[in-house]
Amino acid sequence: MRKGIRAAKGVTLGAVVSAWALAIGPAPQGAAAQTLTMGVGAPVTSLDPHYHQLSPNNAVADMIFEKLTHTDGQARLQPGLATEWRAVAPTVWEFKLRAGVRFHNGSAFTAEDVAFTLQRLPNVPNSPSSFAIYARSIQRVEIVDPLTIRFHTAAPYPLLPLDMFNVRIIDAETHANATTEGFNSGQLAVGTGPWRVVQHRSGDRIEFERNDTYWGDAPAFQRVSYRMVTNDAARTAALLAGDLDFIDQVPTSDLARLRGDQRLAISETVGLRLIFLGLDHARGENENSPHITDNDGRPLGRNPLKDVRVRRALNMAIDREAITQRIMEGAATPTAQFLPPGTFSHVPDLRPTRFDPDGARRLLAEAGYPNGFRIQLNSPNDRYINDARIAQAIGQMWTRIGVRTAVEAQTWATFIGRASRAEYSAHLIGWGSDPDASHPMRNIIASPSRERGWGASNRGRYANPAFDAALERSLRELDEPTRERMLMDIQRMAAEDVAIIPLHIQTNIWAMRRTLQHTARADELTRAQDVRPATMR
Amino acid sequence: MSVYLLRRLIQAVGVVFAMSLIVFIGVFAIGDPVEILISPDADQIERERAIRALGLDLPLWEQYLIFLGKALQGDLGRSFVFNEPALQLILQRMPATLELAIAATLGAIVIGLPLGLYAGLRPHSLGSKAIMAGSILGFSLPTFWVGLMLIMVFAVQLGWLPSTGRGDTVEILGMRWSFLTADGLAHLVMPALNLALFKISLVIRLTRAGVRETMLMDYVKFARAKGLSPFRVTFVHVFKNILIPVVTVTGLEFGSTIAFSVVTESIFAWPGMGKLIIDSINVLDRPVIVAYLMIIVLMFITINLIVDLTYSVLDPRVRLEGK
Repeated sequence: MRKGIRAAKGVTLGAVVSAWALAIGPAPQGAAAQTLTMGVGAPVTSLDPHYHQLSPNNAVADMIFEKLTHTDGQARLQPGLATEWRAVAPTVWEFKLRAGVRFHNGSAFTAEDVAFTLQRLPNVPNSPSSFAIYARSIQRVEIVDPLTIRFHTAAPYPLLPLDMFNVRIIDAETHANATTEGFNSGQLAVGTGPWRVVQHRSGDRIEFERNDTYWGDAPAFQRVSYRMVTNDAARTAALLAGDLDFIDQVPTSDLARLRGDQRLAISETVGLRLIFLGLDHARGENENSPHITDNDGRPLGRNPLKDVRVRRALNMAIDREAITQRIMEGAATPTAQFLPPGTFSHVPDLRPTRFDPDGARRLLAEAGYPNGFRIQLNSPNDRYINDARIAQAIGQMWTRIGVRTAVEAQTWATFIGRASRAEYSAHLIGWGSDPDASHPMRNIIASPSRERGWGASNRGRYANPAFDAALERSLRELDEPTRERMLMDIQRMAAEDVAIIPLHIQTNIWAMRRTLQHTARADELTRAQDVRPATMR
Repeated sequence: MSVYLLRRLIQAVGVVFAMSLIVFIGVFAIGDPVEILISPDADQIERERAIRALGLDLPLWEQYLIFLGKALQGDLGRSFVFNEPALQLILQRMPATLELAIAATLGAIVIGLPLGLYAGLRPHSLGSKAIMAGSILGFSLPTFWVGLMLIMVFAVQLGWLPSTGRGDTVEILGMRWSFLTADGLAHLVMPALNLALFKISLVIRLTRAGVRETMLMDYVKFARAKGLSPFRVTFVHVFKNILIPVVTVTGLEFGSTIAFSVVTESIFAWPGMGKLIIDSINVLDRPVIVAYLMIIVLMFITINLIVDLTYSVLDPRVRLEGK
């Protein structure tokens, strides 16, 4: 869920050929409804569901394999291979498993398979990002009967059902000694999911056929051809040409045009990916931040970002409405928090910060910077939708309140290493959340701590003991309504202190032939089971 | 001859070795692959495990020595993202790229040579002027834009050709080829044309310049005076003499088409090596980047050798031993 790459890659189709906008010939109608041809923007690199924690791989794994808990389009937890779950004791979770489920090769699904899967997670050779973190809290697995399994944890741990939606279950018999190559060849890509793999051509396409014995809703197509078309303009063109029935990652610049096309339909939903600014909290009050100087380019001798008034001023100076409308073409929702409305632990009364340049100037003066200072804002230019353009807009907005901003945008590969070493004073970055506010807060606001496993993505190095303590308490609370209230309070605390500057949450967009309909997913995953023939519109 | 080949071989080994060192250090300097590959919510323990798993906890010189040791046994490392041997990954995708490069180069010769000849023989005709103007377009239009225009016209507007992908393939000798099926050929036309456009223009210009220069030579005048047919003059005496620059350039162009058809391959979603290398660079998949560049170096060395050997066939005055 987290690692989708939504790059705005240079020139898009709309910019190149807007002259062709009219007079498009008739497209082939959905006569071949038995095969669904999908075009995805991010390459899928492995069919091993436990090799690399990466969105495009997870989307395909979700078509083949299943998890104990699932999420619906709006990221709410749903029963999957488990029908129900509860904490039978403060440190024991019990999951009841679905009866009568079979793997593609006929092997029955039981608690043994769950235990086997959890054992494999930390033991996948060469994995660049393993799924071991989702089983970290489990100290002991107890198989009560073939359809009941218990997980014992060291301390009360409310997030276990949430962790389980990242763990795709494989078969103890089929996958004993399974290797990543075995999965990649398609031979071992055997799960309980709605689609079985027919052929995998690495970097090109994956061919699926429907699993006729699937326990859930029957898949709507006989076959699925899942193709990787990484160039944005080419993907859109292939949809217009009728070579693809369905595409993801629609570039915002083509959006207006595709909406106007009678033959096409758009599906969209507010996502879970927050775009925000991280600020330098690593340098102390009387230290120089690496890219901040006074107006003459001399070191300031202090880090203005340590003053909450300065952080508030920078926050108030941003016109989020303008960014959303002009740069994102409406495909974003301004926000002051991590999660969109309707998800667990969203704070209804925490509104996006009001645009107030005058107030921002007053706060700056109050903090002792009546004439502002100079700062550099760093940003990737190939990672998030319109990332570099957003950074440039913010640079102008900050300059207007007297904080003269130089924007430096570079490719993600070089940006991210320096961001992680806290070499920037201000940086633009994104975060794809699990639908629980503890997830982003643990990772990007909590103080870095190897012991707790927190703050590994805290690139501004924000550190607030009161915040950490409150978060810790919430993670020991098993009563969901109480925990949700606690998480809301913690989010208000972070917003009050401007730990980060949230900008907007991206909208996820898919486009398809009008003969199809799609359940848009907040988690950005593009999966064939979410597409069906359209009921009459 | 064999002395010459031996000397070339020793040179090649030196170049490959130097290249491996440069590439390895260069790739090392770009950035940290773990930062890119790791899931953002991985904790510190998981990050440390990933660094060890990818062998990135060792100092650079140790990583290089390990790489060198394995490379001598034919193992260029495992891809970080595919978890498959890098060499195998690249070779798997080589047929797709080779097919495209061969089609484009053949197209360049088949179309470029006759047009260039015509333009050289009748420099003042209207047709020649049109050809020369067209070749300027072929040079100056960016591949990216031409590719998209081809798609818009032939796939979206007219619906004659498929817009993306490789189509049906036939397996021969364990490799997939698409030029043997109708569907595969249809998929091949646009990307090949897109790649060939620049080369066609190049061949036209080289041929025309060569023809115009050669036509004024004494031996051509003499051949004419002798009463040889214009056909024989053109295709034996002139043609043979203009081929040397054309062969050189086509050979080198063929190499760079194989190595750097990145733009065309990504626009047409052609699953070749160019697409692999650009995806690998984006995620800093170091073993694949290094292996790819090593293979490309080897390929250029081979192509240069073949070009040199061809000279000696075309022009007996070129002696391979002489230095």
